[in-house]
Amino acid sequence: MTPAARYTRTAIALHWLMALLLLGLFAVGLYMTGLKLSPQKLQIYSWHKWAGVSAFLLVLLRLGWRLGHRPPAPPATMPRWQQLAGEGAHHLLYLLMIVIPLSGWLMSSAKGFQTVWFGVLPLPDLLAKDKELGDLLATVHQGLSYGFAALVLAHTGAALKHHLVDRDDVLVRMLPFLKTR
Amino acid sequence: MIRKTLAATLLAALAATQAEAVEYAQFQPERSNIAFTSKQMGVAVDGRFRKFAAALSFDPARPTAASARIDIDLGSIDAGSKDADDEVVGKQWFNIKAFPTASFVSTGVKALGGDRYEAIGKISIKGRTQDAVLPFTVKQDGQLATFDGNLTLKRLDFAIGEGPWADVSTVANEVQIKFRIVAARK
Ligand code: HEM
Ligand code: HEM
Repeated sequence: MTPAARYTRTAIALHWLMALLLLGLFAVGLYMTGLKLSPQKLQIYSWHKWAGVSAFLLVLLRLGWRLGHRPPAPPATMPRWQQLAGEGAHHLLYLLMIVIPLSGWLMSSAKGFQTVWFGVLPLPDLLAKDKELGDLLATVHQGLSYGFAALVLAHTGAALKHHLVDRDDVLVRMLPFLKTR
Repeated sequence: MIRKTLAATLLAALAATQAEAVEYAQFQPERSNIAFTSKQMGVAVDGRFRKFAAALSFDPARPTAASARIDIDLGSIDAGSKDADDEVVGKQWFNIKAFPTASFVSTGVKALGGDRYEAIGKISIKGRTQDAVLPFTVKQDGQLATFDGNLTLKRLDFAIGEGPWADVSTVANEVQIKFRIVAARK
């Protein structure tokens, strides 16, 4: 497989759809845990779990697509370490997009609240109810989410630097409507 | 003469059944349990009561004469999570400061055939009393008798979950209750 000259429409669509979904999940996650118990809290928790499972399915789809479609090569002007750092960061982002929902699912099982996707499709409880384990997995889910948020910030900063400082086409090939120059 | 012998035999027979009469009446709390399942956002969540008392008497030879009274200490609830435990003892749910116990008091027992029975009686929770029918089975094993049963309550019949919690699309109205009461022979 030779690297493409640009990202496919599918890759671009999935990138931005998931970016929105994941930022939403992160914000809702932060917001909901501080709420006092109420019917709304239970509803928001369910939506967080349903959307989180959706994100998990989307990332599987995205990785499937990615296996058959090499991304465009980084600009030749980029220093080697930056190319490697960029690639490493992308791999780590994919990894977190898989591990965070998994930790959420396992946490829910351990806390004794099964995940039933949109109230229709029950996911099996892989863990028996265990309070300590549930609390531990909540901490893991939180830590991974915070790490993910930090990485996304760095990723966004890098994208903006490419566009504004290096003035290369890295952001444009992921966001084609910016192509004005 | 014949009459006298007949009467004597009858008396003897009666005495024999009397002597053999078995009564299960000693509640065994550590072998018993009362659990429930509610549905939150369509998902079953399990809970139980850690403390309850039962005063009962059951004679397998005369099951319909049996009686039972069960008192549940509502403060001993395990509603599935710490958050929920703190919430359900409050005013909108059980309001345990004003109503610390829930009770079932039987008024009669019906035999349904085999080891299946029905206890008819009244359930009182949070100052409200409702007629109830508890289907149950009995298993005798040496010194012990085990009464297993379940019933579905509608929580709103007892105003359990008021205000915003009265919305049954988040927490369903139906609550499944499963009980096992074990009693030893007297
Ligand atoms: C990539 C997807 C996801 C992201 C970015 C995400 C993010 C978050 C964040 C930021 C929190 C708040 C952590 C805290 O401050 O305590 C949180 C909490 C939570 N998440 Fe997720 N989450 C995702 C997927 C899932 C999934 C799939 C499930 C379950 C099936 C789930 C279940 C939960 C639960 C139950 C909590 C509350 C934990 C608690 O009460 O302590 N999450 N999530
Ligand atoms: C939750 C948020 C985000 C996640 C999880 C994410 C994830 C990723 C991943 C995994 C890739 C690599 C694609 C591949 O090679 O298969 C990528 C590429 C890219 N992302 Fe993001 N991204 C997010 C948000 C953003 C934002 C906010 C921007 C810009 C402001 C951005 C700009 C880019 C650009 C320009 C590329 C292409 C890099 C290249 O051509 O090598 N991303 N993103």
